[in-house]
Amino acid sequence: MIKQIITLATLVIIEALHTRFFMIIFAFLLTGFGIVSFVGQIAIIETVAYQSSLLAAFLRLSAIYIISLFVIVSMVNEFNNNAIHLWLSLPMKRATYLIGKFSGFMLIACIIAILFGLSLFILVPYSQAGLWTFSLFCELLIIAALSLLCVFTFHNTIQALSAVIAFYILARSIYSIQLVAQNLLNSSQSWSDYFIAKFIYLLSIILPNLEQFTQSDWLTYYSGEIIDLLQITAQTIIYVILLISMSMFDLYRKNL
Amino acid sequence: MNRKQRSLTAVPKKIIVTLVLILTLQITWNHYLPSFPAKIEHLTTPPQLELLQILSLGDNIVGSKLLMLWLQAFDSQSGQFLSYRQFDYDTLRIWLKRILQLDPKSQYPLLAASHFYSMVNDTTKKKQMLNFVYKQFFIDPDNRWQWLAHASLIAKHRLKDLPLALKYAQAIAAHSSENMPFWAKEMQIFILEDMGELEQVRLIVGGMFANGQITELNEIKYFNEKLENLENLEKQLGRVIK
Repeated sequence: MIKQIITLATLVIIEALHTRFFMIIFAFLLTGFGIVSFVGQIAIIETVAYQSSLLAAFLRLSAIYIISLFVIVSMVNEFNNNAIHLWLSLPMKRATYLIGKFSGFMLIACIIAILFGLSLFILVPYSQAGLWTFSLFCELLIIAALSLLCVFTFHNTIQALSAVIAFYILARSIYSIQLVAQNLLNSSQSWSDYFIAKFIYLLSIILPNLEQFTQSDWLTYYSGEIIDLLQITAQTIIYVILLISMSMFDLYRKNL
Repeated sequence: MNRKQRSLTAVPKKIIVTLVLILTLQITWNHYLPSFPAKIEHLTTPPQLELLQILSLGDNIVGSKLLMLWLQAFDSQSGQFLSYRQFDYDTLRIWLKRILQLDPKSQYPLLAASHFYSMVNDTTKKKQMLNFVYKQFFIDPDNRWQWLAHASLIAKHRLKDLPLALKYAQAIAAHSSENMPFWAKEMQIFILEDMGELEQVRLIVGGMFANGQITELNEIKYFNEKLENLENLEKQLGRVIK
Protein backbone atom coordinates (compact mmCIF):
# COMPACT_ATOMS: atom_id res chain seq x y z
CA MET A 1 0.00 0.00 0.00
CA ILE A 2 2.78 2.41 0.97
CA LYS A 3 4.62 1.69 -2.29
CA GLN A 4 1.48 2.39 -4.27
CA ILE A 5 0.99 5.69 -2.44
CA ILE A 6 4.62 6.68 -3.08
CA THR A 7 4.27 5.79 -6.78
CA LEU A 8 1.11 7.85 -7.16
CA ALA A 9 2.65 10.81 -5.31
CA THR A 10 5.78 10.63 -7.49
CA LEU A 11 3.61 10.64 -10.60
CA VAL A 12 1.91 13.82 -9.42
CA ILE A 13 5.33 15.48 -9.01
CA ILE A 14 6.37 14.29 -12.49
CA GLU A 15 3.14 15.68 -13.90
CA ALA A 16 3.92 19.04 -12.25
CA LEU A 17 7.38 19.04 -13.81
CA HIS A 18 6.02 18.12 -17.25
CA THR A 19 3.37 20.82 -17.18
CA ARG A 20 5.98 23.48 -16.24
CA PHE A 21 4.10 24.11 -13.03
CA PHE A 22 7.18 25.48 -11.27
CA MET A 23 7.74 28.06 -14.03
CA ILE A 24 4.46 29.64 -12.93
CA ILE A 25 5.66 29.60 -9.30
CA PHE A 26 8.80 31.50 -10.29
CA ALA A 27 6.74 33.90 -12.40
CA PHE A 28 4.61 34.64 -9.32
CA LEU A 29 7.75 35.13 -7.24
CA LEU A 30 9.17 37.56 -9.79
CA THR A 31 5.89 39.49 -9.88
CA GLY A 32 5.93 39.51 -6.07
CA PHE A 33 9.39 41.06 -6.02
CA GLY A 34 8.16 43.62 -8.55
CA ILE A 35 5.37 44.52 -6.13
CA VAL A 36 7.86 44.76 -3.25
CA SER A 37 10.11 47.19 -5.09
CA PHE A 38 7.13 49.25 -6.31
CA VAL A 39 5.65 49.50 -2.82
CA GLY A 40 9.11 50.33 -1.46
CA GLN A 41 9.18 53.35 -3.77
CA ILE A 42 5.79 54.75 -2.82
CA ALA A 43 5.45 53.97 0.90
CA ILE A 44 6.83 56.82 3.00
CA ILE A 45 6.92 55.16 6.39
CA GLU A 46 6.35 51.56 7.55
CA THR A 47 7.92 50.51 4.24
CA VAL A 48 8.86 46.99 5.34
CA ALA A 49 5.41 46.46 6.88
CA TYR A 50 3.75 47.53 3.63
CA GLN A 51 6.11 45.41 1.53
CA SER A 52 5.80 42.26 3.62
CA SER A 53 2.02 42.40 4.06
CA LEU A 54 1.27 43.12 0.40
CA LEU A 55 3.80 40.55 -0.84
CA ALA A 56 2.35 37.96 1.54
CA ALA A 57 -1.22 38.70 0.43
CA PHE A 58 -0.22 38.41 -3.22
CA LEU A 59 1.70 35.18 -2.69
CA ARG A 60 -1.05 33.67 -0.58
CA LEU A 61 -3.74 34.31 -3.21
CA SER A 62 -1.39 33.11 -5.97
CA ALA A 63 -0.66 29.91 -4.04
CA ILE A 64 -4.37 29.23 -3.49
CA TYR A 65 -5.12 29.89 -7.16
CA ILE A 66 -2.33 27.68 -8.47
CA ILE A 67 -2.79 24.70 -6.12
CA SER A 68 -6.55 24.55 -6.68
CA LEU A 69 -6.15 24.85 -10.44
CA PHE A 70 -3.42 22.20 -10.50
CA VAL A 71 -5.41 19.69 -8.45
CA ILE A 72 -8.61 20.26 -10.44
CA VAL A 73 -6.99 20.15 -13.91
CA SER A 74 -4.88 17.11 -12.98
CA MET A 75 -7.90 15.17 -11.73
CA VAL A 76 -10.20 16.25 -14.58
CA ASN A 77 -7.53 14.99 -17.01
CA GLU A 78 -7.45 11.75 -15.05
CA PHE A 79 -11.18 11.35 -15.67
CA ASN A 80 -11.03 12.49 -19.32
CA ASN A 81 -8.17 10.21 -20.40
CA ASN A 82 -9.59 7.33 -18.35
CA ALA A 83 -6.40 7.02 -16.30
CA ILE A 84 -8.52 6.70 -13.18
CA HIS A 85 -10.20 3.60 -14.66
CA LEU A 86 -6.80 2.12 -15.38
CA TRP A 87 -5.59 2.75 -11.83
CA LEU A 88 -8.71 1.32 -10.27
CA SER A 89 -8.53 -1.79 -12.47
CA LEU A 90 -5.25 -2.62 -10.74
CA PRO A 91 -5.25 -4.42 -7.38
CA MET A 92 -5.44 -1.17 -5.49
CA LYS A 93 -7.98 0.08 -3.01
CA ARG A 94 -9.83 3.25 -3.91
CA ALA A 95 -8.67 4.74 -0.62
CA THR A 96 -5.04 4.04 -1.56
CA TYR A 97 -5.55 5.78 -4.90
CA LEU A 98 -7.05 8.84 -3.19
CA ILE A 99 -4.38 9.02 -0.48
CA GLY A 100 -1.62 8.54 -3.09
CA LYS A 101 -2.96 11.39 -5.18
CA PHE A 102 -3.44 13.61 -2.15
CA SER A 103 0.11 12.86 -0.94
CA GLY A 104 1.42 14.13 -4.28
CA PHE A 105 -0.64 17.31 -4.00
CA MET A 106 0.60 17.66 -0.42
CA LEU A 107 4.21 17.61 -1.65
CA ILE A 108 3.37 20.23 -4.27
CA ALA A 109 1.74 22.37 -1.56
CA CYS A 110 4.85 21.97 0.60
CA ILE A 111 7.16 23.10 -2.23
CA ILE A 112 4.96 26.13 -2.98
CA ALA A 113 4.80 27.13 0.70
CA ILE A 114 8.58 26.84 1.13
CA LEU A 115 9.40 28.80 -2.02
CA PHE A 116 6.90 31.56 -1.21
CA GLY A 117 7.85 31.58 2.46
CA LEU A 118 11.56 31.95 1.66
CA SER A 119 10.86 35.19 -0.19
CA LEU A 120 9.50 36.65 3.06
CA PHE A 121 12.56 35.70 5.10
CA ILE A 122 14.41 38.70 3.65
CA LEU A 123 11.81 41.10 5.04
CA VAL A 124 10.66 39.75 8.42
CA PRO A 125 12.17 37.81 11.37
CA TYR A 126 12.65 34.09 10.75
CA SER A 127 10.22 32.99 13.44
CA GLN A 128 7.34 35.00 11.96
CA ALA A 129 8.17 34.10 8.36
CA GLY A 130 8.45 30.44 9.42
CA LEU A 131 5.06 30.57 11.11
CA TRP A 132 3.57 32.20 8.01
CA THR A 133 5.12 29.53 5.76
CA PHE A 134 3.78 26.68 7.88
CA SER A 135 0.38 28.34 8.01
CA LEU A 136 0.37 28.75 4.21
CA PHE A 137 1.19 25.05 3.88
CA CYS A 138 -1.79 24.19 6.11
CA GLU A 139 -4.06 26.52 4.12
CA LEU A 140 -2.91 24.91 0.86
CA LEU A 141 -3.57 21.43 2.29
CA ILE A 142 -7.16 22.36 3.05
CA ILE A 143 -7.61 23.88 -0.42
CA ALA A 144 -6.00 20.85 -2.13
CA ALA A 145 -8.29 18.47 -0.22
CA LEU A 146 -11.29 20.65 -1.04
CA SER A 147 -10.34 20.79 -4.74
CA LEU A 148 -10.12 17.02 -4.78
CA LEU A 149 -13.59 16.75 -3.27
CA CYS A 150 -15.00 19.29 -5.75
CA VAL A 151 -13.54 17.37 -8.70
CA PHE A 152 -15.11 14.12 -7.51
CA THR A 153 -18.40 15.95 -7.11
CA PHE A 154 -18.51 18.01 -10.31
CA HIS A 155 -16.05 16.35 -12.79
CA ASN A 156 -15.76 19.76 -14.44
CA THR A 157 -13.01 22.37 -14.17
CA ILE A 158 -15.19 25.49 -14.19
CA GLN A 159 -17.71 24.16 -11.67
CA ALA A 160 -15.08 22.73 -9.35
CA LEU A 161 -12.90 25.86 -9.44
CA SER A 162 -15.92 28.12 -8.87
CA ALA A 163 -16.90 26.03 -5.84
CA VAL A 164 -13.36 26.22 -4.42
CA ILE A 165 -13.19 30.00 -4.92
CA ALA A 166 -16.61 30.47 -3.30
CA PHE A 167 -15.57 28.28 -0.36
CA TYR A 168 -12.30 30.17 0.08
CA ILE A 169 -13.91 33.62 0.01
CA LEU A 170 -16.58 32.48 2.45
CA ALA A 171 -14.11 30.79 4.81
CA ARG A 172 -11.87 33.87 4.77
CA SER A 173 -14.65 36.34 5.49
CA ILE A 174 -17.11 34.30 7.55
CA TYR A 175 -15.96 35.90 10.80
CA SER A 176 -16.59 39.43 9.44
CA ILE A 177 -19.94 38.34 7.99
CA GLN A 178 -20.89 36.88 11.35
CA LEU A 179 -20.03 40.15 13.10
CA VAL A 180 -22.21 42.11 10.68
CA ALA A 181 -25.02 39.60 11.09
CA GLN A 182 -24.82 39.82 14.87
CA ASN A 183 -25.03 43.61 14.80
CA LEU A 184 -27.83 43.85 12.26
CA LEU A 185 -29.93 40.79 12.88
CA ASN A 186 -29.85 40.47 16.65
CA SER A 187 -31.96 43.58 17.01
CA SER A 188 -34.51 42.29 14.49
CA GLN A 189 -37.55 40.23 15.51
CA SER A 190 -38.57 38.79 12.14
CA TRP A 191 -38.36 35.06 11.38
CA SER A 192 -36.39 35.58 8.17
CA ASP A 193 -33.68 37.53 10.02
CA TYR A 194 -33.61 34.86 12.72
CA PHE A 195 -33.21 32.19 10.06
CA ILE A 196 -30.39 34.12 8.28
CA ALA A 197 -28.57 34.66 11.58
CA LYS A 198 -28.75 30.97 12.40
CA PHE A 199 -27.70 30.01 8.89
CA ILE A 200 -24.62 32.25 9.11
CA TYR A 201 -23.83 30.75 12.50
CA LEU A 202 -24.15 27.26 11.01
CA LEU A 203 -21.78 28.22 8.19
CA SER A 204 -19.27 29.61 10.66
CA ILE A 205 -19.10 26.34 12.58
CA ILE A 206 -18.92 24.18 9.44
CA LEU A 207 -16.27 26.22 7.62
CA PRO A 208 -12.66 26.37 8.79
CA ASN A 209 -11.80 29.81 10.12
CA LEU A 210 -9.19 30.66 7.49
CA GLU A 211 -8.99 34.20 8.89
CA GLN A 212 -6.69 32.77 11.57
CA PHE A 213 -4.33 31.38 8.91
CA THR A 214 -1.38 33.25 7.31
CA GLN A 215 -2.12 36.49 9.09
CA SER A 216 -0.50 39.71 7.90
CA ASP A 217 -0.35 40.79 11.53
CA TRP A 218 2.52 38.32 12.10
CA LEU A 219 4.56 39.87 9.30
CA THR A 220 3.68 43.47 10.09
CA TYR A 221 3.71 43.56 13.89
CA TYR A 222 5.50 40.26 14.62
CA SER A 223 2.62 39.08 16.77
CA GLY A 224 2.63 35.39 15.82
CA GLU A 225 2.90 32.98 18.77
CA ILE A 226 3.16 29.25 19.33
CA ILE A 227 -0.54 29.10 20.24
CA ASP A 228 -1.40 30.24 16.69
CA LEU A 229 0.68 27.37 15.36
CA LEU A 230 -1.16 24.85 17.52
CA GLN A 231 -4.60 26.18 16.61
CA ILE A 232 -3.80 26.14 12.89
CA THR A 233 -2.33 22.62 13.05
CA ALA A 234 -5.36 21.28 14.91
CA GLN A 235 -7.82 22.96 12.54
CA THR A 236 -5.92 21.67 9.49
CA ILE A 237 -5.77 18.08 10.73
CA ILE A 238 -9.49 18.06 11.51
CA TYR A 239 -10.56 19.70 8.27
CA VAL A 240 -8.27 17.78 5.91
CA ILE A 241 -9.43 14.47 7.40
CA LEU A 242 -13.04 15.63 7.04
CA LEU A 243 -12.58 16.60 3.38
CA ILE A 244 -10.63 13.44 2.51
CA SER A 245 -13.31 11.31 4.20
CA MET A 246 -15.98 13.09 2.14
CA SER A 247 -13.95 12.50 -1.03
CA MET A 248 -13.56 8.81 -0.14
CA PHE A 249 -17.30 8.54 0.49
CA ASP A 250 -17.88 10.06 -2.95
CA LEU A 251 -15.23 7.93 -4.68
CA TYR A 252 -16.47 4.66 -3.20
CA ARG A 253 -20.02 5.41 -4.36
CA LYS A 254 -18.91 6.20 -7.91
CA ASN A 255 -19.63 3.59 -10.54
CA LEU A 256 -16.15 3.53 -12.05
CA MET B 1 11.04 24.69 -31.27
CA ASN B 2 8.56 22.00 -30.37
CA ARG B 3 9.19 18.91 -32.55
CA LYS B 4 5.46 18.32 -32.81
CA GLN B 5 5.00 21.66 -34.64
CA ARG B 6 5.13 21.88 -38.41
CA SER B 7 7.41 24.27 -40.33
CA LEU B 8 6.47 27.94 -40.82
CA THR B 9 6.02 27.26 -44.53
CA ALA B 10 3.01 25.15 -43.66
CA VAL B 11 1.10 28.32 -42.73
CA PRO B 12 -0.70 29.84 -45.76
CA LYS B 13 0.78 33.20 -46.80
CA LYS B 14 -2.66 34.82 -46.68
CA ILE B 15 -2.85 34.11 -42.97
CA ILE B 16 0.63 35.56 -42.30
CA VAL B 17 -0.20 38.69 -44.36
CA THR B 18 -3.54 39.09 -42.56
CA LEU B 19 -1.83 38.67 -39.20
CA VAL B 20 0.80 41.34 -39.94
CA LEU B 21 -1.77 43.74 -41.42
CA ILE B 22 -4.20 43.40 -38.54
CA LEU B 23 -1.42 43.85 -35.98
CA THR B 24 -0.26 47.02 -37.79
CA LEU B 25 -3.86 48.24 -37.93
CA GLN B 26 -4.32 47.61 -34.20
CA ILE B 27 -1.15 49.56 -33.31
CA THR B 28 -2.01 52.42 -35.71
CA TRP B 29 -5.60 52.55 -34.45
CA ASN B 30 -4.58 52.87 -30.83
CA HIS B 31 -1.76 55.32 -31.60
CA TYR B 32 -4.00 57.79 -33.48
CA LEU B 33 -7.12 57.28 -31.44
CA PRO B 34 -7.95 60.50 -29.59
CA SER B 35 -7.21 60.05 -25.93
CA PHE B 36 -10.13 60.13 -23.53
CA PRO B 37 -10.65 63.51 -21.89
CA ALA B 38 -9.10 63.44 -18.44
CA LYS B 39 -11.92 63.29 -15.93
CA ILE B 40 -11.15 64.20 -12.36
CA GLU B 41 -12.77 61.88 -9.86
CA HIS B 42 -13.67 63.15 -6.44
CA LEU B 43 -13.49 61.17 -3.24
CA THR B 44 -16.71 59.39 -2.53
CA THR B 45 -17.89 58.48 0.95
CA PRO B 46 -16.15 55.26 2.07
CA PRO B 47 -18.18 52.10 2.68
CA GLN B 48 -19.01 50.99 6.20
CA LEU B 49 -16.22 49.37 8.20
CA GLU B 50 -17.96 45.99 8.20
CA LEU B 51 -18.17 45.95 4.41
CA LEU B 52 -14.48 46.85 4.12
CA GLN B 53 -13.66 44.00 6.52
CA ILE B 54 -15.58 41.53 4.38
CA LEU B 55 -13.95 42.86 1.19
CA SER B 56 -10.53 42.43 2.83
CA LEU B 57 -11.25 38.67 2.99
CA GLY B 58 -10.41 38.60 6.66
CA ASP B 59 -7.05 40.30 6.18
CA ASN B 60 -7.80 43.79 7.46
CA ILE B 61 -4.16 44.84 7.52
CA VAL B 62 -3.72 44.25 3.80
CA GLY B 63 -7.04 46.01 3.15
CA SER B 64 -5.87 48.98 5.21
CA LYS B 65 -2.51 49.19 3.45
CA LEU B 66 -4.00 48.95 -0.04
CA LEU B 67 -6.55 51.65 0.78
CA MET B 68 -3.85 53.92 2.22
CA LEU B 69 -1.66 53.64 -0.88
CA TRP B 70 -4.71 54.27 -3.08
CA LEU B 71 -5.67 57.34 -1.02
CA GLN B 72 -2.10 58.62 -1.08
CA ALA B 73 -2.08 58.38 -4.88
CA PHE B 74 -5.55 59.92 -5.25
CA ASP B 75 -4.18 63.43 -5.86
CA SER B 76 -2.54 62.16 -9.05
CA GLN B 77 -5.19 61.37 -11.66
CA SER B 78 -4.88 60.91 -15.43
CA GLY B 79 -1.49 62.58 -15.42
CA GLN B 80 -2.79 65.59 -13.49
CA PHE B 81 -2.09 66.57 -9.93
CA LEU B 82 -4.99 67.69 -7.78
CA SER B 83 -4.33 70.23 -5.11
CA TYR B 84 -5.45 69.28 -1.64
CA ARG B 85 -7.85 72.26 -1.79
CA GLN B 86 -9.92 70.28 -4.31
CA PHE B 87 -10.40 67.46 -1.81
CA ASP B 88 -13.51 67.15 0.33
CA TYR B 89 -11.84 67.03 3.74
CA ASP B 90 -14.90 65.60 5.50
CA THR B 91 -14.78 62.58 3.20
CA LEU B 92 -11.00 62.40 3.43
CA ARG B 93 -11.22 62.34 7.21
CA ILE B 94 -13.69 59.43 7.10
CA TRP B 95 -11.39 57.51 4.72
CA LEU B 96 -8.44 57.99 7.06
CA LYS B 97 -10.58 56.92 10.00
CA ARG B 98 -11.69 53.75 8.20
CA ILE B 99 -8.09 52.89 7.30
CA LEU B 100 -7.08 53.31 10.92
CA GLN B 101 -10.02 51.21 12.07
CA LEU B 102 -8.90 48.41 9.77
CA ASP B 103 -5.36 48.53 11.15
CA PRO B 104 -5.26 50.49 14.44
CA LYS B 105 -1.53 49.94 14.89
CA SER B 106 -0.66 51.67 11.61
CA GLN B 107 0.92 55.11 11.82
CA TYR B 108 0.60 55.91 8.13
CA PRO B 109 -2.88 57.57 8.13
CA LEU B 110 -1.81 59.85 10.99
CA LEU B 111 1.41 60.76 9.19
CA ALA B 112 -0.61 61.56 6.07
CA ALA B 113 -3.06 63.69 8.07
CA SER B 114 -0.46 65.59 10.09
CA HIS B 115 2.27 65.98 7.47
CA PHE B 116 0.56 66.02 4.05
CA TYR B 117 -3.11 66.86 4.19
CA SER B 118 -2.53 69.51 6.87
CA MET B 119 -0.27 71.37 4.41
CA VAL B 120 -3.35 72.50 2.46
CA ASN B 121 -3.61 76.22 1.86
CA ASP B 122 -6.96 76.49 3.61
CA THR B 123 -7.20 77.18 7.32
CA THR B 124 -10.51 75.35 7.84
CA LYS B 125 -9.30 72.22 6.08
CA LYS B 126 -5.97 72.41 7.89
CA LYS B 127 -7.80 72.54 11.22
CA GLN B 128 -10.01 69.62 10.19
CA MET B 129 -6.95 67.44 9.71
CA LEU B 130 -5.33 68.59 12.95
CA ASN B 131 -8.58 67.91 14.77
CA PHE B 132 -8.66 64.41 13.25
CA VAL B 133 -5.17 63.75 14.64
CA TYR B 134 -6.25 65.17 18.00
CA LYS B 135 -9.28 62.86 18.23
CA GLN B 136 -7.35 59.79 17.11
CA PHE B 137 -4.60 60.51 19.66
CA PHE B 138 -6.86 59.56 22.58
CA ILE B 139 -7.38 56.04 21.19
CA ASP B 140 -3.70 55.15 21.63
CA PRO B 141 -1.73 58.07 23.18
CA ASP B 142 1.39 55.98 23.72
CA ASN B 143 1.86 55.32 20.01
CA ARG B 144 0.24 58.39 18.48
CA TRP B 145 1.68 61.28 20.50
CA GLN B 146 4.25 62.25 17.86
CA TRP B 147 1.56 63.11 15.31
CA LEU B 148 -0.26 65.31 17.81
CA ALA B 149 3.05 66.96 18.72
CA HIS B 150 3.51 67.78 15.04
CA ALA B 151 -0.09 69.05 14.90
CA SER B 152 0.71 71.32 17.83
CA LEU B 153 3.73 72.72 16.00
CA ILE B 154 1.63 73.36 12.88
CA ALA B 155 -1.02 75.13 14.97
CA LYS B 156 1.67 77.26 16.61
CA HIS B 157 3.89 78.14 13.65
CA ARG B 158 1.68 77.90 10.57
CA LEU B 159 -1.78 78.72 11.90
CA LYS B 160 -0.42 81.08 14.60
CA ASP B 161 -3.22 79.69 16.75
CA LEU B 162 -1.57 79.44 20.16
CA PRO B 163 -4.69 78.32 22.09
CA LEU B 164 -5.12 75.43 19.62
CA ALA B 165 -1.43 74.50 19.89
CA LEU B 166 -1.76 74.63 23.69
CA LYS B 167 -4.83 72.37 23.60
CA TYR B 168 -2.85 69.72 21.72
CA ALA B 169 0.25 70.09 23.88
CA GLN B 170 -1.84 69.84 27.05
CA ALA B 171 -3.46 66.64 25.73
CA ILE B 172 0.00 65.12 25.28
CA ALA B 173 1.07 66.22 28.76
CA ALA B 174 -2.14 64.86 30.30
CA HIS B 175 -1.62 61.45 28.68
CA SER B 176 2.14 61.34 28.99
CA SER B 177 3.96 58.09 29.63
CA GLU B 178 7.54 57.00 30.21
CA ASN B 179 7.93 56.24 26.50
CA MET B 180 7.43 59.88 25.53
CA PRO B 181 10.43 62.19 25.37
CA PHE B 182 10.54 65.19 27.71
CA TRP B 183 10.26 67.74 24.94
CA ALA B 184 6.81 66.39 24.07
CA LYS B 185 5.63 66.57 27.67
CA GLU B 186 7.10 70.06 28.09
CA MET B 187 5.70 71.55 24.87
CA GLN B 188 2.87 73.23 26.75
CA ILE B 189 5.37 75.24 28.84
CA PHE B 190 6.89 76.96 25.82
CA ILE B 191 3.50 77.64 24.26
CA LEU B 192 2.23 79.15 27.52
CA GLU B 193 5.37 81.27 27.68
CA ASP B 194 4.69 82.51 24.15
CA MET B 195 1.13 83.31 25.21
CA GLY B 196 2.46 85.34 28.16
CA GLU B 197 0.86 83.01 30.71
CA LEU B 198 3.86 83.26 33.04
CA GLU B 199 1.97 82.31 36.20
CA GLN B 200 0.77 79.08 34.59
CA VAL B 201 4.29 78.29 33.40
CA ARG B 202 5.58 78.76 36.93
CA LEU B 203 2.85 76.48 38.29
CA ILE B 204 3.49 73.74 35.74
CA VAL B 205 7.26 73.80 36.15
CA GLY B 206 6.86 73.88 39.94
CA GLY B 207 4.45 70.94 39.71
CA MET B 208 6.90 68.98 37.57
CA PHE B 209 9.65 69.56 40.14
CA ALA B 210 7.34 68.51 42.95
CA ASN B 211 6.24 65.31 41.13
CA GLY B 212 9.82 64.38 40.35
CA GLN B 213 9.13 64.51 36.61
CA ILE B 214 12.29 66.53 36.01
CA THR B 215 15.26 64.41 36.96
CA GLU B 216 18.10 65.14 34.55
CA LEU B 217 20.69 67.64 35.81
CA ASN B 218 20.68 69.76 32.68
CA GLU B 219 16.91 69.97 32.77
CA ILE B 220 16.86 70.88 36.45
CA LYS B 221 19.37 73.64 35.77
CA TYR B 222 17.47 74.85 32.71
CA PHE B 223 14.11 74.98 34.50
CA ASN B 224 15.60 76.59 37.61
CA GLU B 225 16.96 79.35 35.42
CA LYS B 226 13.58 79.60 33.70
CA LEU B 227 11.81 79.96 37.06
CA GLU B 228 14.28 82.64 38.16
CA ASN B 229 13.80 84.49 34.88
CA LEU B 230 10.05 84.28 35.28
CA GLU B 231 10.23 85.66 38.81
CA ASN B 232 12.43 88.53 37.63
CA LEU B 233 10.07 89.18 34.75
CA GLU B 234 7.08 89.19 37.08
CA LYS B 235 8.84 91.62 39.44
CA GLN B 236 9.68 93.93 36.53
CA LEU B 237 6.10 93.75 35.30
CA GLY B 238 4.86 94.48 38.82
CA ARG B 239 7.05 97.57 39.04
CA VAL B 240 5.86 98.81 35.65
CA ILE B 241 2.19 98.34 36.68
CA LYS B 242 2.78 100.16 40.01
